[in-house]
Amino acid sequence: MGRIALRNVTKAFGDVVVIPPLDLEIEDGEFVVFVGPSGCGKSTLLRLIAGLEDVSGGQITIDGEDATGSPPAKRGLAMVFQSYALYPHMSVRRNITFPLRMAGMDKAEQKRRVEAAADVLNLTDYLDRRPGQLSGGQRQRVAIGRAIVREPTAFLFDEPLSNLDAALRVGMRLEISELHERLKTTMIYVTHDQVEAMTMADKIVVLQAGRIEQVGSPLELYRTPRNQFVAGFIGSPKMNFITGEEAARHGAATIGVRPEHLDVSETEGEWSGVVGVSEHLGSDTFFHVHDTGLAETITVRASGEVGFRHGDRIHMTPRPDQVHRFGPDGLRIE
Amino acid sequence: MATRHSRGIARIMITPAVIVLLGWMLVPLVMTLWFSFHDYRPQRGIYECCVGFENYARFLGSSSFLKAVFTTLIMLGGSLGITVIGGIFLAILLNQPIWGQGIVRVLVIAPFFVMPTVSALVWKNMMMDPVNGILAHVWAAFGAEPVSWLTDVPLFSIIMIVSWQWLPFATLILLTAIQSLDSEQLEAAEMDGAGPVPRFVSIILPHLARAITVVILIETIFLLSIFAEIFVTTQGGLGTKTLTYLIYERVMESQNVGLGSAGGILAVILANIIAIFLMRIVGKNLDR
Repeated sequence: MGRIALRNVTKAFGDVVVIPPLDLEIEDGEFVVFVGPSGCGKSTLLRLIAGLEDVSGGQITIDGEDATGSPPAKRGLAMVFQSYALYPHMSVRRNITFPLRMAGMDKAEQKRRVEAAADVLNLTDYLDRRPGQLSGGQRQRVAIGRAIVREPTAFLFDEPLSNLDAALRVGMRLEISELHERLKTTMIYVTHDQVEAMTMADKIVVLQAGRIEQVGSPLELYRTPRNQFVAGFIGSPKMNFITGEEAARHGAATIGVRPEHLDVSETEGEWSGVVGVSEHLGSDTFFHVHDTGLAETITVRASGEVGFRHGDRIHMTPRPDQVHRFGPDGLRIE
Repeated sequence: MATRHSRGIARIMITPAVIVLLGWMLVPLVMTLWFSFHDYRPQRGIYECCVGFENYARFLGSSSFLKAVFTTLIMLGGSLGITVIGGIFLAILLNQPIWGQGIVRVLVIAPFFVMPTVSALVWKNMMMDPVNGILAHVWAAFGAEPVSWLTDVPLFSIIMIVSWQWLPFATLILLTAIQSLDSEQLEAAEMDGAGPVPRFVSIILPHLARAITVVILIETIFLLSIFAEIFVTTQGGLGTKTLTYLIYERVMESQNVGLGSAGGILAVILANIIAIFLMRIVGKNLDR
């Protein structure tokens, strides 16, 4: 079980309100990702759930029981930190058994659990090493191992992949997703990387300045962003925003079109502009188009075969059903 | 660019410093060694060469030698114990966010700036005086018989004075070590269900091991040569005669430079043995 509910939770450091009253429901077995720009309060929110910070108001319940005032150890949650927070003077085995030893579990059961965790995480050969002798990815796995041996009601991840290099990050992303499939335990994952959020989450919580901007599945957020912030934050490269006359023509203050929803043509189209920088990824090419009279730059995705050069004039047509319209308050117009 | 040419120039450039340092250390050491093989008693006009190991044999054979070594070790051990344990305690306290943290830290460090002679005088006359001392007043306030510190428990009193002087040093080093502890480690331990005591034992103490090693090694070097505190308070009487003080007595009071020099060389050897011994026990921490 791992249902976590936040009701009217607030957090203030002195006079600075980091999290205004906030409600959130996390269902059992869900993979929830908190995503937002840095300083949006997502880590603070995670630490409130963990109990490492005290709430300034409101209530946190875990499996229906009030956990607002209980200390971190009593909440039955396990956390994986950004810096891994391994104990440098202990071997991997002792790192992983630390929570079990603290709980006074008997030796045989400790051994069984460590070996099971090591097996799942491919750490069996490294159990007698120190964290200092491991690579970044292995340390990350030890930190996860230390979390899973406790068989917690939920896992909390605080930007666990941000210290890894790009290739390793993709690998660990898959491993964590697989781990979730296998354990079916609730996981709460904090990241500023929207790609991680999109690829891993069952449910994404987009935060800005401590407020929840939108909660939904990755595709919901992608297809129907509730406001301009979410629209700009989810999706890579970012959505193009166009204001002024062109937006008014669509009956909105701002319209947004994703780079992948623009059709490019050499000869004709609704909009036209001059190609600036082009980024070739092989499968796709992103063109940054200037002088459109609509916005400073418009990013367009085309397939890898399309070969416009710097300075070429091209034409673009947005797919009519993929134009997002936003009102003057930034909210979506249906 | 470390070419052979620039390395040659570098050697020439550091030569003056090396010569000064070598002269500074080697000349006194060689002179001591030289005198230790002489029967040299300046006031009686005796200066005879090459008495072999006679001085060493006399110094080692005297009843005061073993006693002095023993006293030295007790003083060293006592002061190290108090400063390290007290230092850890103070460092943890000072690491807490409190109002006026900066001022408190400066105050805690202050004893380190007081000269040994001055601090010994202050302790002797202001704190430990059995009639007018502050401690005597405290004892009297509780209706107890004031302790005559420097006559009843002289060795302990000197250990107190020395510890007071060296506590700031230990605190300072250990405080910086505690501050370098990753707070996420403590939070992880907290989430893992470790209470304050297990957190201290399993996380903070191992983290401090290296700093404790440094404190012990550096303090040992200085504590072995404690002199002013003994000179000002007990003059080496009442079982407070350390090896350093014994050597001083041989040279200055008995006016036997040869015998004192032999003691000095023995003290150097002894200090090295202790240092190697300590390095073996705790030095492993430095390799990690």
